[in-house]
Amino acid sequence: MAQYAVLIYSPAPADPMEITPDYLALLDRYPAQVEELGGKIVTGFALQPSTTATAVRGDLVTDGPFIEAKEVVAGFFILEAPDLDVALKIAKLNPATIDGGVEVRPLFVPPAE
Amino acid sequence: MSDAGTAAAERAVADAHRREWAFVLAATARVAGDLDVAEECVQDAYVAALAAWARDGVPEKPGAWLTATAKRKAIDVLRREKVFRSKMPLLVEPAEAEFPEESGVDVVPDDRLRLVFTCCHPALAREAQVALTLRLVCGVSTGDIARAFLVSEPTMAARVTRAKKKIAAARIPYRVPEAAELPERLDAVLTVVHLLFTTGHTAPTGGDLIRADLVDRAVHLTRMLLALMPDEPEVRGLLALLLLTDARRATRTDAAGRLLTLEQQDRSAWDRTAIAEGNALVLGAFRTGRVGRYALQAAIASLHAVAPSYAATDWPQLIRLYDELLNRWPSPVVGLNRAVAVSMVDGPAAALAEVDALAADPRLAGYHYLPAIRADLLRRLDRPEEAADAYRIALALVANDAERAFLTARLAETTRPARSEH
Repeated sequence: MAQYAVLIYSPAPADPMEITPDYLALLDRYPAQVEELGGKIVTGFALQPSTTATAVRGDLVTDGPFIEAKEVVAGFFILEAPDLDVALKIAKLNPATIDGGVEVRPLFVPPAE
Repeated sequence: MSDAGTAAAERAVADAHRREWAFVLAATARVAGDLDVAEECVQDAYVAALAAWARDGVPEKPGAWLTATAKRKAIDVLRREKVFRSKMPLLVEPAEAEFPEESGVDVVPDDRLRLVFTCCHPALAREAQVALTLRLVCGVSTGDIARAFLVSEPTMAARVTRAKKKIAAARIPYRVPEAAELPERLDAVLTVVHLLFTTGHTAPTGGDLIRADLVDRAVHLTRMLLALMPDEPEVRGLLALLLLTDARRATRTDAAGRLLTLEQQDRSAWDRTAIAEGNALVLGAFRTGRVGRYALQAAIASLHAVAPSYAATDWPQLIRLYDELLNRWPSPVVGLNRAVAVSMVDGPAAALAEVDALAADPRLAGYHYLPAIRADLLRRLDRPEEAADAYRIALALVANDAERAFLTARLAETTRPARSEH
């Protein structure tokens, strides 16, 4: 099994309190779908809206997310899956892909000496 | 060892490189669990073959000899790196693949197909898919790939390395996709092979119109795919398309390397064997009733190939095929080609209206064939000033020398005070 971070991108500001009942219903079904496809969610977090974010670059502190964009990171979870094909199948079912998208990124495993 | 023996061994190794590379590498990759290691071991096996075959004679099955040698080398590497590998298996072979008999009749258990599908995985960028396919499936050296795509060797080497690293780090599996995913995944493979072909057929830049090595690689690769997936109509369609298009190779330029249009080409010099094979493949693809984009394109090429002359081509039927193709594959490039057929049925004015409608499509911005076709229609409509303007626009966009020379000559004709009959 490999581990991937699945980064959830939603239209800014991605406020979890604004989630529609439809979206919530899809989210409720998601963990069962993940298991069915042969994956496992190790852990996951939703974030406060991007309006609450603060970016730090060198000495400069600014209001807002690190990269200004139409879509912002709304949350992420750690997914365990046998390979990328399974991870991508799971990613495609995530409701965020309807109006935003997800990034599937393998976790770094330090090489043995 | 005799010189004759050495020469025979060299020939046999070169031959085995061309024919068996994909087979040897694909089988070795499964043992090695890592494409880099596999590639190195296969390379070593070919080097070892030179000396061994010169000494002992060429084995009856060179591919089997090479595979056994490369696998043995891979196992040695694995033993040396055992600790590392137990922590991190690099090439994921899904468990189901260990039981090919049980995994159903829908998948074809050939290692070469795994290799092709891994190289053309949608998680890799198109240019990486192309580079990996040439490097790993066709065994083309990184330097030669770099030259074919006119980038520097370090750039191409970095592209290949990055792609191989992603396969390992993101665990892109080494397997043939399951039946449900196959159409979409196969389409990516065929797109890569078709791209190889078109890059060779009309080199996007540079001095020569055709890069024969790329064309031959693409045809060879498609033949391999058809042998491995004989029931896929689109593979058949693609092979037909390549054969029918390439049948015109010898006639596409004159002795001086100048480009000749379809209308000007000597049809008696077209490769009749290739055309016959292509036609049979198109028929076969259509008979399956599952006609796709490549079979339709091949049918179009086939109509051209059997026409006695440009004027006597079945243009109305071509328009119908283009309409069908647009249904399957709504590309403005297809619309542009359809406009040429329209010009032969309804005249250049009707075609010009279609081309002008297509000009608004942003996907055709910078596509030099659009102003070139527009220029030709305006020339036929006896509107020389506008034709000249369109030729100039096309010239500003074209990057192939043979095509540039053709457009320059046409521009000169249009701007000449006493025009010859068109």
